[in-house]
Amino acid sequence: MFWEHFALWVAAFLTLGIYSFLYKDNPWYKLCESIFVGISAGYWFVTLFWDNIYGKFWVGVFPTGDAQPDYWLLVGAALGLLMLLRLIPKIGWVSRWSLAFIVGATAGFYLINYFSSNVMRQVQDTVMPLFGPGFNASAYVIIGNIVVAVGTFTGLVYFFFSKEHKGAFGASAKIGIFFLMVTFGASFGYTVMSRMSLLIGRIDFLLSDWLGLIR
Amino acid sequence: MRREIPLIITGIVGIVFVVQYFIPHWPFNRMNAWFSDWFSIVQACAIWLGALNLLKISLEKIARRKSDWGYAVVIIVSFLLIAIIGFLEGEAFRDPGTKFTWLYDFVYTPLSSTMFAILAFFVASASYRAFRARNFEATLLLLAAFFVMLGRVPVGDALTAFMPEGWRLTDLATWIMNFPQTAGQRAIMIGIALGIVSTSLRIILGIERSHLGGD
Amino acid sequence: MSTRVKEILVVVLVLLFSAVIYAGKVSGWMTGVSFSPAVSVLVIVALAASLIVILVMTIKGRLVGRRTVFLYVGFAVALPLFMSISQYIPTSPEVRSLYEGLESLPDGSKVLVSFDYDPPSAPELQPMAESFFRYAFDRKFKVIIMGLWPQGPLQANQAIERVMQDEKYASLGLQYGVDYCNLGFQTGNEFVIQRMGSDFRSMFPTDYSGTHYEDLPIVRNVKNFSNVDYVFNLSAGYPGTIEWVQVAVDRYGVKLGAGNTAVQAPQCYPYLRSGQLIGILGGMNGAAEFEKMTGHEAKGTKFMLSQSFSHMIVIAFIIIGNVAFFMGGRKSNLSA
Repeated sequence: MFWEHFALWVAAFLTLGIYSFLYKDNPWYKLCESIFVGISAGYWFVTLFWDNIYGKFWVGVFPTGDAQPDYWLLVGAALGLLMLLRLIPKIGWVSRWSLAFIVGATAGFYLINYFSSNVMRQVQDTVMPLFGPGFNASAYVIIGNIVVAVGTFTGLVYFFFSKEHKGAFGASAKIGIFFLMVTFGASFGYTVMSRMSLLIGRIDFLLSDWLGLIR
Repeated sequence: MRREIPLIITGIVGIVFVVQYFIPHWPFNRMNAWFSDWFSIVQACAIWLGALNLLKISLEKIARRKSDWGYAVVIIVSFLLIAIIGFLEGEAFRDPGTKFTWLYDFVYTPLSSTMFAILAFFVASASYRAFRARNFEATLLLLAAFFVMLGRVPVGDALTAFMPEGWRLTDLATWIMNFPQTAGQRAIMIGIALGIVSTSLRIILGIERSHLGGD
Repeated sequence: MSTRVKEILVVVLVLLFSAVIYAGKVSGWMTGVSFSPAVSVLVIVALAASLIVILVMTIKGRLVGRRTVFLYVGFAVALPLFMSISQYIPTSPEVRSLYEGLESLPDGSKVLVSFDYDPPSAPELQPMAESFFRYAFDRKFKVIIMGLWPQGPLQANQAIERVMQDEKYASLGLQYGVDYCNLGFQTGNEFVIQRMGSDFRSMFPTDYSGTHYEDLPIVRNVKNFSNVDYVFNLSAGYPGTIEWVQVAVDRYGVKLGAGNTAVQAPQCYPYLRSGQLIGILGGMNGAAEFEKMTGHEAKGTKFMLSQSFSHMIVIAFIIIGNVAFFMGGRKSNLSA
């Protein structure tokens, strides 16, 4: 029972400590911030150890039961060790091999994924039929399709900086800006929604879970 | 050699990830599996490196008695506290009722949640002081934000309850999100994707080497 | 008295006051506060009237301080939590399509849920997770949980625990490893999804507490994505929905529904339009809509009044700033 009360008070003390920053930067806030940094790093450290270093690497190389050991994981572990050598300045340069591996893998993976999912699929979906045999859509959908096609095309024109934005090209870039502004506005609206939700969560904790003020 | 080997690693790994997309058979499927496994382990080590680096910097701060070194002590103590508890509790460290879970629920959660929740206040303050309809583009942005903020919460529907269904603020927000917003978002998405594709290609071919740093 | 001493005194007083309320809660003489609709209206009118005062001040060229704005945001979020006003929550097409996608699955389907978020996003995503679990258990879905964020599996545990507090679900006798399991977290971001496309076990040799993959009956016949019927992703950023779309949907053809934080949701709309996503739950509003559709109204719905109020306050401040900007002759001090 004591631990339940103690836990709530610890959580409340830390929550209020962070909120004290709204008044101004102060030692209470700095204390909470430092605890957050330490706990956060420690959390990642432990979780990565059990889920990855032990759970994936160790269990993979030294499995129990009928599973076959996967010695290829040793190469991954060697690359990982090289990465950690960065902590020793004299031989830190060898960590570039691991870094090169990460960069190469990411580049190869992204090249295909982004081109396929974020370019090809999006272009396919942008140019949609408006009329024709067998095509039966409402005015809402047809207007929407036109808006999406025009907005995407002009938005891309705006991002094309190799040609001066003048004449017809400039006009379509201008229309592109309008679409981008609507996009940023909508994103702003959603950001407000998100931030307020997070605040609601914390206020609910203080008023409901901690103080029990809300019925 | 300090630059050549990383370049070769980047090139080979990148090319394998591109080729395996088109030829998902032996040996590329096998290499894909190895590289994905290795990536997982190397990334875990990279995050460990970050955590260990944090400890190193904090220790240096304490040793040199830099300003606010007391907070560096708090970082180290917090880190060690959760790390030691996590290691001692073994594989089931995240089970309900463990000390690790207690730290997660009552220290990590309130700190991290409040750290982000505090942004709600600054968003509102910035909206009041800087969000101005100075020109047509800014007005568009503001209007989009206005309609999305109102239309995405029940109050928007309540305010326009007198309107026929399909013409309320909720419907307007849905239209903005699904058409002009999607168009702008798609233009940004395609633009970013093309940038990623070209950068990835430059990295794989060894033209872009900035990630390797100096000698 | 120095400023520092005064500050410490204020903190001590706040904590003492809180201690008294807490003591009231523990001893039972404080049972919580609730505003009647009439009081709620009065509170709203008072807030609106004070905003008009701020408008007048701003038009005269005197911007209120940021701490005053902070105070209003605090009121807008906290006061509605005491109010007993019910709101009608309309459902958007993107939430409806996600729900219909789930409805089209046969009872007992295998569903993979990826928890790709941490506590800061919990107010938005945790209600989605809880309603999803309630819905899934109602439909006898077999739920496989995983996380691309290290905090994900713990968030999943919290959601399960919360659902199990409900007698209806506690009495179902759901068994860990048979009806649901938590595979834990694995690092590697999109590479984890890629590897799961050929072999789940290679990325999750054990579950979150060390039980071997082959000892979990629920995943005994699950080799890769072709053995799951639906993937539900709760995402707060990277890695998250975008990566699931790029790899799981576009390479392995899984059916994907997503619950996103409101910050991330707009970025996912192009995927929704192109059919790469079945549906989106965007932010707390999406959670409330999903709760309504699944018939499990909980925190998402409860918080909608605060959400509405906080939006209104931000809009009010934007309007005040702009009215003053135009009426005050676009004075430079108003644009600071």
